[in-house]
Amino acid sequence: MAELKFEEALKKLEKIVEDLESGDLSLDEALKKYQEGIELSRQCCQRLENAKKKIDTLVKNKKGELELRSFDEDKINEATT
Amino acid sequence: MSEIIADFFKQAENLSKPKHIYAVSEITQDIKLILENTFGEVWVEGEVSNFKAHTSGHFYFTLKDDTAILPAAMFGRANREVKFKIENGLKVICFGKISVYGPRGQYQIIVEKIEPKGIGGLQLALEQLKKKLEKEGLFSAEHKRPMPYLPSRIGVVTSLSGAAIKDILKILDRRFSDIHIIISPAQVQGEGAKEEIVQAIKDLNSLNEQLPSDQRIEVMIVGRGGGSIEDLWAFNEEVVARAIYNSRIPVISAVGHERDWTIADLVADLRAPTPSVAAELVIPKKEDLREKLSVLTTSLKRSFSDIAGSFQETTDDLVHRLILNMKHILELSRGQLNAVAKKLALLNPIVLIHKYREKIDSLAKQIYVRLDHYLKLRQSEFNGLIEKLSSLSPLNILSRGYSIAFKMPEAKIVKDVKFIKVGDTIKTKLYKGQIVSQVKGVEENG
Repeated sequence: MAELKFEEALKKLEKIVEDLESGDLSLDEALKKYQEGIELSRQCCQRLENAKKKIDTLVKNKKGELELRSFDEDKINEATT
Repeated sequence: MSEIIADFFKQAENLSKPKHIYAVSEITQDIKLILENTFGEVWVEGEVSNFKAHTSGHFYFTLKDDTAILPAAMFGRANREVKFKIENGLKVICFGKISVYGPRGQYQIIVEKIEPKGIGGLQLALEQLKKKLEKEGLFSAEHKRPMPYLPSRIGVVTSLSGAAIKDILKILDRRFSDIHIIISPAQVQGEGAKEEIVQAIKDLNSLNEQLPSDQRIEVMIVGRGGGSIEDLWAFNEEVVARAIYNSRIPVISAVGHERDWTIADLVADLRAPTPSVAAELVIPKKEDLREKLSVLTTSLKRSFSDIAGSFQETTDDLVHRLILNMKHILELSRGQLNAVAKKLALLNPIVLIHKYREKIDSLAKQIYVRLDHYLKLRQSEFNGLIEKLSSLSPLNILSRGYSIAFKMPEAKIVKDVKFIKVGDTIKTKLYKGQIVSQVKGVEENG
């Protein structure tokens, strides 16, 4: 299954739970949906744990090109105090 | 001033006596003097009409009320200061000089300052800009893009030295600690602020074009902390509004002014009353997501387990009924089998054999009995005959005294004397013993 965006994955998962709760499925279909649901759940869980914190500032370098520079949070504290 | 007026009126009276004939320009000049000196600089309130902005840069319009009009002119030097758009129908208060324009024979007011009635110029300008942009569709709901649910990258346009950035970073960290934030710094008030804001927004968009699609900034917050109307004015500027509208990245406006909406707020895809609220709107709380996911996963497992359970029940029930039915069928079959087996057993040759053997035995017995009976019968018959025989036996006869003569040596029984001569040896068998005799004589007839 291709990696879905979190929101889509969550929505799909909700839909699967709805389908299962409606109770109208054959056992094969139910099993398939359950497996799909578990996989989606796993993906979502991973997404919640995976991202790494990162703060950058967008600046123009000497050539006028855009560049990301790592942001030092202490700098704001200095600037505002 | 009234003395001057009085004076002139007196002069006028005097003038009517010796008939002075004015030249047009002369009288115009006098009128000009009178008017300009009488009124000088005045404040006049009225409604704008016939407004024309000349190519020369001067404004020409009339001020009117219910019963009169006053032509007005506002020259380039003064009208550059006007923040709002002068439109027909607008009620204004003008400050200016009453003057006479000779070539047209017209008195007018040369307006130095103009303000909308009942509202600040700046305020009016804002209202007019709002109307203009709204008409163009910059505020339309259809243009507003939906917010991404869980953006992986967030842009922030704000001042690095303002209060907003601190709040935003703190709250983002609290809600979802590991997220990628890109700050595009800009001054948010004062000279040059609007240009910097516009550039900052454009820069974030340019950056996105250089990034692969899965690493792009999905939403940006544009904002600043609280302040006075003047402080926030950059966010009411037309260029900023257009930059937000044209941004391909969705924009959340966060101009820290709880109640009122700036133009940036109206154009933005989403408006937050403060930067802190923007940070809350832009990303869900990780805790909430975890919770939601956990609830869903539990529901998933439970509902599947229910389905499996009910199928299990159905299966169990079917198996149960299957077994019952099989048992039933087996029993029926067994019954039939037993019945047939019984039948078969009855037809068993052994049984038959036994039956016949019994019969044979019984018959044999009968035979035996009959035979016995028969034999006995015969036996007795035989005995009877034996007796009879015995009684007829010569020996029996012998016992009665009779004797049997045997001619010896032939031992032939003699019945007739013809066969005997004198001197023959005769053996006479008596009942008991024998006589051996010689014949002495024979006699016929006995």
